[in-house]
Parts: sequence; structure tokens; C-alpha cells
Amino acid sequence: MTASAPRRTVVVALIAGLVLLPPLTALTGDAFALTLFTRIVILALAATSLNLILGYGGMVSFGHAAYLGIGGYAIGILAHEGIDSGFVQWPVAIVASALVALVIGLLCLRTRGVYFIMITLAFAQMIYYVLAGLDRYGGDDGLTIYQRSQFAGLIDLGARNQFYYLCLGLLLLAIWLTSHLMSSRFGMVVRGSRSNDRRMRAIGFPTFRYRLACFVIAGTMCGLAGALLANHTDFVSPAMMHWTRSGDLIVMVVFGGMGSLFGPLFGAIALLALEEALSRVTEYWQIILGPLLLLVVLYARGGIDGLLERIPTRSHRD
Amino acid sequence: MLLLLEQCLNGLQFGLLLFLLAAGLTLVFGIMDLVNLAHGSLYMMGAYFAASFSALTGSFVAGAVLALGATLLLGIALEVVALRKLYGRDHLDQVLGTFGLILFFNELVRLVWGPAGLSVALPDWLNRPVELLPGVFYPAYRLAIITVALVVAAALYLTVMRTRLGMLIRAGASNREMVGALGIDIRLLYTLVFGLGAALAGLAGLMEAPILTVQIGMGENILILAFVVIVIGGIGSIRGAFLSAIFVGLVDTVGRAFLPDLLRLVLSPAAASTAAPALSSMLIYLLMATVLVVRPEGLFPVGGR
Repeated sequence: MTASAPRRTVVVALIAGLVLLPPLTALTGDAFALTLFTRIVILALAATSLNLILGYGGMVSFGHAAYLGIGGYAIGILAHEGIDSGFVQWPVAIVASALVALVIGLLCLRTRGVYFIMITLAFAQMIYYVLAGLDRYGGDDGLTIYQRSQFAGLIDLGARNQFYYLCLGLLLLAIWLTSHLMSSRFGMVVRGSRSNDRRMRAIGFPTFRYRLACFVIAGTMCGLAGALLANHTDFVSPAMMHWTRSGDLIVMVVFGGMGSLFGPLFGAIALLALEEALSRVTEYWQIILGPLLLLVVLYARGGIDGLLERIPTRSHRD
Repeated sequence: MLLLLEQCLNGLQFGLLLFLLAAGLTLVFGIMDLVNLAHGSLYMMGAYFAASFSALTGSFVAGAVLALGATLLLGIALEVVALRKLYGRDHLDQVLGTFGLILFFNELVRLVWGPAGLSVALPDWLNRPVELLPGVFYPAYRLAIITVALVVAAALYLTVMRTRLGMLIRAGASNREMVGALGIDIRLLYTLVFGLGAALAGLAGLMEAPILTVQIGMGENILILAFVVIVIGGIGSIRGAFLSAIFVGLVDTVGRAFLPDLLRLVLSPAAASTAAPALSSMLIYLLMATVLVVRPEGLFPVGGR
């Protein structure tokens, strides 16, 4: 997992840019950029979690947005019932998404390939309908959150800069965790199972357990991103776990480069920037984005990370 | 009792529509090894074509026939221009590429037909109840859907099992290199199969058009149900798709109709009315989970896969 020189430069510059963003936007008075980047960072966290199973583990989950919904609804429902302490809300969000991931993983990991894609999609759809059927919590229309999670003066999520730094901190923590996890023995087993599961089992690894653990960690991380997203938009609705959102997360991971540490962050920035740019050109911007996705799939493999990897360094040329 | 009969017929009708969709999906997957998420878009396009053509010609039947032809051509064009390049790729690539196509088609429909839903009018001879048994009435149009879908299912079965084309399709599913080596134009075969699948999806869409509102995204929810059908039936199996589609259609429709009453027997009315909508929409997914636990390869797995 050593980074090539140009890639390291880009990553360092990117992180420096993200850290310096709030003072920069304070100078220019551009509040929109900070809101956009808060959203990017949160979705990058969700994409990073998907990268764990999709990029490293080879498990193509098409239902990852379900955990965004679970995490978000945990915050929304508790806030609606008058419990707005973050010390209660966040653990509930994390435990709930872990439990859901455990049940879905137990069922889905029995299957492979296309079955896995279809079944994760179907279960996510089931959770979507269940939450959309909760009339007490807004049903299809969703639920407004009147007060963000309270952390007893420790941190004020209502303050833009503090909230942004919290999200960025959690994203970097998740990337650090991914790096450690995937270079550990645990990560080796998960990656080995991706390339040849039968062989891994033959040499004595109970790969199902490892893959399930990886699936649950990814779901939990994404549930946390859902909790952040709910606090960011002050609103939860079934739309945040619509199946196209799961598709967006896959696009981010593939755009950025599967199985690379910073790939999901690259992908999240690229996709949201592209959406922003295209929607300024035309109201019907998805008519451009759709075929563009197809072209990227057909002709640009390896994503942004792969592109950075291929830039020759000076030492190589010598 | 009468209500049960009516709901069973509704379930059968829904199940047959699911079969038309699932048959195309499972054929394309079984033969070309292609996961086509855009299959639901073809269903949607069938419905929109039917709305436009029947308004243009003033006749629902003429509109439906034209729409069927249009979806067939659209499917063939789609295969030649885009999907052909996805054969032999990773399933993830196929999912992403066809996900892009869904975004494209949804936006195209919004651009051409506008964001509001359309409705399709039925001719008088279809838009009336029929007396099935003395005192038992059922809408003629739903009965027509059941008839057409059953005829198509039988024709599909005979085509696949009894004709030369069907023989090639089955051969292609079990060993495509060998079929190519024997001098069969495999590209043409793939295009034909894809066109057939597209036409089946279009048929399902245009038949649903007068019952539902024709709207953007209508193909996506039913596509996910078609996935459930395929997973239960076993990927690549037409017979499995047929049986599990009817099963899923019946369970979903009858469950939605009777679950609230059943729950009221064991729960308080308030709790029952809260739980019933959520539980009845979960029903078929629970069914799928059960099948997966017992038979991970589906109920009718295709051998050697």
C-alpha cells in the first residue's frame, strides 16, 4: 500500500485543502462551498465504508444506502421523541446499523455474484418501504429534526465550522482505520477471500466469519455517516436511502478507484462536483451523467486513483 | 370468499406481469451473463410508448401493437449501441453501466414527456366488468391481461423448448463458445434474445399502463420485485421464473389484502393498523430470505452453473 510520489502529493494537497477550507470560505464569505464540502465529506465517509466490502472484499453490495437511512432515522426518531442528547442518539444509530448489517450479512453472504447484488438491493428496498410506512414518523414525507444532536457543550453541531471539522475528523479516522484493518491479518483474509475464497477455506480460514465481520464494520461506519447526514440536513426521509443513493455510493467508489484508501474521497468529490457543474449547464443534467457513467465503465478502468498511479515519476524515467 | 377469489385473480395478474419482466431478465442473464438494471427502463418506455401511440392513433389496441414494436426496436438499438460492449465484463461494470442507462432514460422521459404522470384510456369493450360466475364480476381488462400473459408464457415456453431458435438459446446458455464454434452467428443470436427480452418488458409495461399512472421511475420498483422473483426461482430458469413470479404475485397481493384483518385477530386495532402496511410490504422479502436460508441457489436452480 505504498503511495506513488504524485499520488502522495495529490493526497497531501487535498487534505491540506480540506483542513484549510473553513478559514478560506470565511475569507471569501462563500457559505455554500462549506455546506457542499460538508456533504461531500459525509458521503465520502459512506463511500469509504462501502469500499471496505466492495473494494477490498469484492462484495458488491447494492444496498449500502440502507445504513445511511438506519443511522439517520435513529437520530430523527429519537429527536422526534424528545431525546436530543448525542450521547444517546449516536450509540443507538451505531448499534442499530450494526445489528441490521449483521442480519442482512448473515443472509446475503450465503450467496455470491449476481445473487448477492440482487439480494442486497432487495433488502435495502425492504428497509426503505418499512421506514416509508412509519406514519408516526412522517411516512414518505420524512421528518424534520428541529435540534441537532446535543453534546453537553463539548461540541456544537449547529456551528458550521465545528460540524465540518467533526465530519472531516471522522472521515480521516475511518480512512486510518481502513488502512490499519486492511493491512492486518484480518484484512489479508478478507482480501484473500476476494481473490480465491475456496483456497482460503482450504488452508483453514473460516472466511464467512471474516467477511461477515467486514460487512458489519462497513454497515456500522455507514450508519455513522447517516447520523452525520441527518444532522447536516436537519431532515430525514426515505429518499436518503433510495436505491439510486446506493448506486451513487458505488459510483463514488469505482470513480475514485476500488480498494484504494483515498479513492472514495476522490470519487465523492468528483461525482458531486460533476453533478454541481452539469446541473448548471442544463436542468436535465442526468441525461449527460448517465452515458458518462457508461463511458467511464467502458474506457477508464481503475478510476482516479489508478490515473494518479500511472503518472510516471521522475525516478522511473531515469 | 368472493373477495379472496378476486384478490387471487389480481395476484395472478400481477404475478404474470412479473413473469414477463423476469423472463427477459433471466434469459439475458442466462445466455449473455449480463445483469441489466435498465430492463425496468424498457418496461417504462413500453408504457410511455403505449400512452403516446394510443393517443396518436385513437385506439388502445393499435397503440399497444405500435408500442410493442417500438420497444423491440429500442431494445435492439440499445444492445447494438451500448450493452454489447458489456458482455464478458465484470458484473460490477455491468451494474454501473446499466445504472447510467437508467439515469439516462429517466431524464429522457422527463425531457420528452414532462414530469407529470400520464394516463391511458381503455376502449369501452375492455373497460367493463365481466360476469365470471353468476353474481361474480371481474374487470374485463384484467382478465385480458391474464389471457395475453398466459398465451405469451406458453408461446415463450414452446419457442425455447421446441424450435430451432429455442435450441440455440438453450445451447448458448450452457456453452456459448461451442455454439459459436459450430458456426452460429452468436452476435445475431444475442441481439435477438435481447430484443425478445426488451419486447417482453415492453409488453408488461404497456399492459400495466391503463391500470397504473404512467410515470418516471415506474420500472424500478417492479424491477427489484423481478429480481426477487429470479432469486427465488433460480437464475436462468424460465420455469422457475414462471412459478415463483405467480407465487410472489399471489403472496404480495393477497397478503396486502388480508394481513390487516389477520393482525387484528392477534393485536390491538391500533397496533395492527400501524404494523400492517410495514409488514405486508416486507412479506415477499421475508419469503425470499426464507428461500435463501433453505435453498441459496433458488428453488429451481439451473444445473452446471
